Amino acid sequence: MVPLRRRLAATVLGFGGVAVTACLLAPLVGSTRISLIRALDRSAPFADNLDAQIFFVARLPRTLAAALVGAALASAGVVLQALLRNPLASPFTLGVSAGAALGAMLAITCAGTWAVSGVSVVPLAAFAGSLGAVAIVYALATVKRRGLSTEVLLLAGVTLNAFFSALILFVQYFADASQTLRTVRWLMGDLDVGGYGPVLAALPMVLLAAAGVALLPRSLNLLSLGTEAAAARGVNVLGAQRLAFLSASVATGAAVSLGGPVGFVGIIVPHLVRLLVGADHRLVLPAAALFGAAFLVGCDVVARVALAPLELPVGIVTAILGGPFFVWLLVRQR
Amino acid sequence: MPEPPVRGSGFGVRGSGFGVPAMNLAARARGVLLAALLVSGAAACRGAAPARSDPAAGLPVEAPARIVSLVPAATEMLFAVGAGPQVVGVSSFDAWPPEVATRARVGALLDPDVERILALRPQLVVIYDTQEELRQQLSRAGIASYGFRHGGLAEVWSTVRDLGRRSGHAPAAGTLARDLAARIEAVSSRVAGRPRPRTLLVFGRDPAALRSVHASGGTGFLHEVLDAAGGENVLADVARESVAVTTELLLARAPAHIVEVRPGAPIGPDAAAGLRDAWRVLPAIPAVRDGRISVLVGDEFVIPGPRLVVAVDRLARALHPDAF
Repeated sequence: MVPLRRRLAATVLGFGGVAVTACLLAPLVGSTRISLIRALDRSAPFADNLDAQIFFVARLPRTLAAALVGAALASAGVVLQALLRNPLASPFTLGVSAGAALGAMLAITCAGTWAVSGVSVVPLAAFAGSLGAVAIVYALATVKRRGLSTEVLLLAGVTLNAFFSALILFVQYFADASQTLRTVRWLMGDLDVGGYGPVLAALPMVLLAAAGVALLPRSLNLLSLGTEAAAARGVNVLGAQRLAFLSASVATGAAVSLGGPVGFVGIIVPHLVRLLVGADHRLVLPAAALFGAAFLVGCDVVARVALAPLELPVGIVTAILGGPFFVWLLVRQR
Repeated sequence: MPEPPVRGSGFGVRGSGFGVPAMNLAARARGVLLAALLVSGAAACRGAAPARSDPAAGLPVEAPARIVSLVPAATEMLFAVGAGPQVVGVSSFDAWPPEVATRARVGALLDPDVERILALRPQLVVIYDTQEELRQQLSRAGIASYGFRHGGLAEVWSTVRDLGRRSGHAPAAGTLARDLAARIEAVSSRVAGRPRPRTLLVFGRDPAALRSVHASGGTGFLHEVLDAAGGENVLADVARESVAVTTELLLARAPAHIVEVRPGAPIGPDAAAGLRDAWRVLPAIPAVRDGRISVLVGDEFVIPGPRLVVAVDRLARALHPDAF
């Protein structure tokens, strides 16, 4: 048996290599042909250097956004699948994305059309909505007993998803067509962030969540066996469950407010990675974060070039790639 | 005699007393645009759209005394050809001419109120061409319908003529269609020969940021309005009415002039300046660098009706201020 330390090094090097390669190659590809040499040429002023502008203003921020969103969603998926002991769990299972969607939709529908400032209120409202959903689900799951019931967590999340979806449809019914269109477009996911500001705004939240997730691998391994088994081996079950739930939720909220509810990354990537590195969360978590980043960066490239100069919403690409995979997974598990 | 939609030399229609509160109007007109886009999209999806209701078949022997219109552009056309007094019901989005404020509201594209339409005892109902169910319901009730199809300027003129024929005002409609086409031609010839600025025509985006920017592609009435006003559409090669423009596409197409059109009541200079300021994050675009960003507000940019003449004139003045 290869020692864990070496397997971890190999995993991080391998998946890290894939992620870094994807992030380096992605900005070179797009609907416009640009030259990297000209883009990096410092002799011409930036304002006159179209290649540099396309590289640094249009492509690099969205590549970084894709990497951040992909990593956050994939790790949140791993954590929630372990916490809920359910292979079908995803970052969106517990109502976080529905809360974010409700927030985003209210911002799109109700916020003044003539809001004038540098920042769009949509991502802020989405993040607030996701936190609200997390609070409700958490309160429901802890209300009756001292522990955190994963069954109640799951049911509360699914119910909240349905409830928020109904609220969204209710408001949509009275919204005008352009607001409806923008909401629908938001729901498909969009990584064209148009600058570094939105990425930098989401980064602290993702890092906070990553710090929480970094403490979890050993506990998740034991929690996968069941709470009693975990407790018998010295895991602070309630503390680990809380940390897992909150880290996954913050990661999901930040990712969704940055790029919209991009589907399937949070559910495919964990399973793909487990096929490759096994079930040990000490390997699965870093591998999923790195591979999630690479996967979404790759999907975004497909979204940008498949119909250029038109662009596919990235959520469509991930779902078209992810749907068949997911079905295969379901069938295989029977 | 009903008021012509565009009075005299008549580019002063803005602000002359809409019958509904301005806020509603803005929201409604945006809806109209999107509804129109949705309709054209739906028609395209179905592949071969059914032929427009044949004007000859089912033509009432006498002119219909009671007409219901679910299409704001068609309502404007009916009033413009002199059929205004026959119009008894309009859509929830209608705001022009001011007389529509006194007409019954009967829903719109997605929520036509069939009961209310029938209760108005119309002899002709103007519906969207894609409202197949409504067409069948009306036909079962023995009521003639006219299917409105969204398109470019030629489609607008032919719809004016069709509606004139169907409402019993064929001569007036013929005159109006010729007159409108001639007035657009007059603007075109006024700016002809001048350099045509490469223009991006934006009709929607997030309010405070350059996200989900939607602009006119190379088909549809907005593209033709831009063309007639002496602008070169930077997205002319994209054969779609609506293009979701990415940051990369904005930079790569490098428009020399950006025009943002918005439905609704006129906005103050501060709001317009705020809209222009949002573009500062992309200073490399020639239009941004040189300060050539125009904000044009008015329903004439979203309703493909007789007021397109106003749209062409305002756009031409924005692109070629020296020509006027």
